[in-house]
Amino acid sequence: MKLTLKVWRQKSANDKGKIETYPIDNISEHMSFLEMMDVLNEQLITEGKIPVSFDHDCREGICGMCSMHINGEPHGPDRGVATCQLHMRKFKDGDTIYIEPFRAKGFPIIKDLVVDRSAFDRIQHAGGFVSVNTSGNTQDANALPIPKADADTAFDSATCIGCGACVAACKNASAMLFVSAKVSQFSLLPQGKVEAKRRVLHMVEQMDKEGFGNCTNTGACEVECPKGISLENIARMNREYLKASVSSSK
Amino acid sequence: MSKSGPLSSSIARKMAMALSAFFLMFFLLQHLTINMTSVIDGDTFNDLSQFMGTNFLVQYILQPVLLLGVVFHFVIGFVLELKNRSARDVRYVKYKGAASATWMSRNMILTGLVILAFMGLHFYDFWIPELKTKFIDGDWSGMVAGEEGYRYLTELKHKFENPVRVGIYVVSFILLGLHLAHGFNSAFQSMGANNKYTKGLKKFGIAFSVLIPLGFIFIALFHHFNH
Repeated sequence: MKLTLKVWRQKSANDKGKIETYPIDNISEHMSFLEMMDVLNEQLITEGKIPVSFDHDCREGICGMCSMHINGEPHGPDRGVATCQLHMRKFKDGDTIYIEPFRAKGFPIIKDLVVDRSAFDRIQHAGGFVSVNTSGNTQDANALPIPKADADTAFDSATCIGCGACVAACKNASAMLFVSAKVSQFSLLPQGKVEAKRRVLHMVEQMDKEGFGNCTNTGACEVECPKGISLENIARMNREYLKASVSSSK
Repeated sequence: MSKSGPLSSSIARKMAMALSAFFLMFFLLQHLTINMTSVIDGDTFNDLSQFMGTNFLVQYILQPVLLLGVVFHFVIGFVLELKNRSARDVRYVKYKGAASATWMSRNMILTGLVILAFMGLHFYDFWIPELKTKFIDGDWSGMVAGEEGYRYLTELKHKFENPVRVGIYVVSFILLGLHLAHGFNSAFQSMGANNKYTKGLKKFGIAFSVLIPLGFIFIALFHHFNH
């Protein structure tokens, strides 16, 4: 395949950045998108140019590290996959492909296609955990009876890999789908109910502090999420938040 | 909620938007019901208009509450739009919004602004003349000097004589329908309602967003062609 790549290049966080055009040839349709980016970088190095910086790690769709906005959509035109699992067979010979970083005030650009997603870590630190006594007398989790339906729903929420595609897809750059998945995965289980009020209030407060937008229920996040996290999580978080707000003493 | 005020949290703002939307959607239903009587039976329309225009509870309690509800919905809508725009300070060079979200959901501010402009015309047509008649001229009779019966139906028919005005009303109601097509179910989602009834509720929401504007359009066209 012969392609024209329009790639966002930005030297540093303070640089203005712009789209650069790179023609690329001999791309196999069996390559993953990231392998195609590797080929581009080898080409740039051979030409004495600076390669494109981009995030990647496991390349198996489970770490949430890859974060490209491809042809106007996070993780590209395929559904239910991260950029690493997007294959070049989704494109045609002669295509022009726009490659940009995830854009949001909460995800400042570090370089080229690499963005700082530590806002998600800070949201998790604000309440996305269960305080467990690990002194040696910890109760076996399997000893707690949990309805299968609840366990399955909590597991579905926990499959969120925190890649940030929800923020990138949302016209408001809202992080509600991510935060709601992290709230849900705990609030549905008995271990998480103890800190449920504190968790949802603190995580939402941190989300707002990070500068993400307000959810207007467009549903773009759900469509673009590589793990199929459902909007039901946002509704559940809203209920949890309302309950916590009216009953919390703080 | 947050330490610095009940509307400082993003979820609280969503819920406030949803609650004001529920109130306005109920008002639309009530407004359409009364207006529909102008097509079915003119005397009933006149009687209802006189009641609504002179009843203490409607005039001094419900009307100010309605006005506050409308202003609140628009103000918080603008606040949300501004905050959301600032949440992405650098725009994408290529952004395919239509790939994952409906036009209606992505353009609530646009349809909302058209509805706001329409309300300016609607107030100019009906509400401001009513305020003048009652509060400046001091005439609460609902009559026109020298004529029999209430004036409301005659005034309504007169307004819909102008085809340009009817055209503006029709276009505005179509945009109201598009606004409701997303807004109805979005309000339920914001309040945390996403359950086994959601599928049915979505269908009801679509029916509501089609039938309410269609009813208003029918009334405007009926009086235009039957004056």
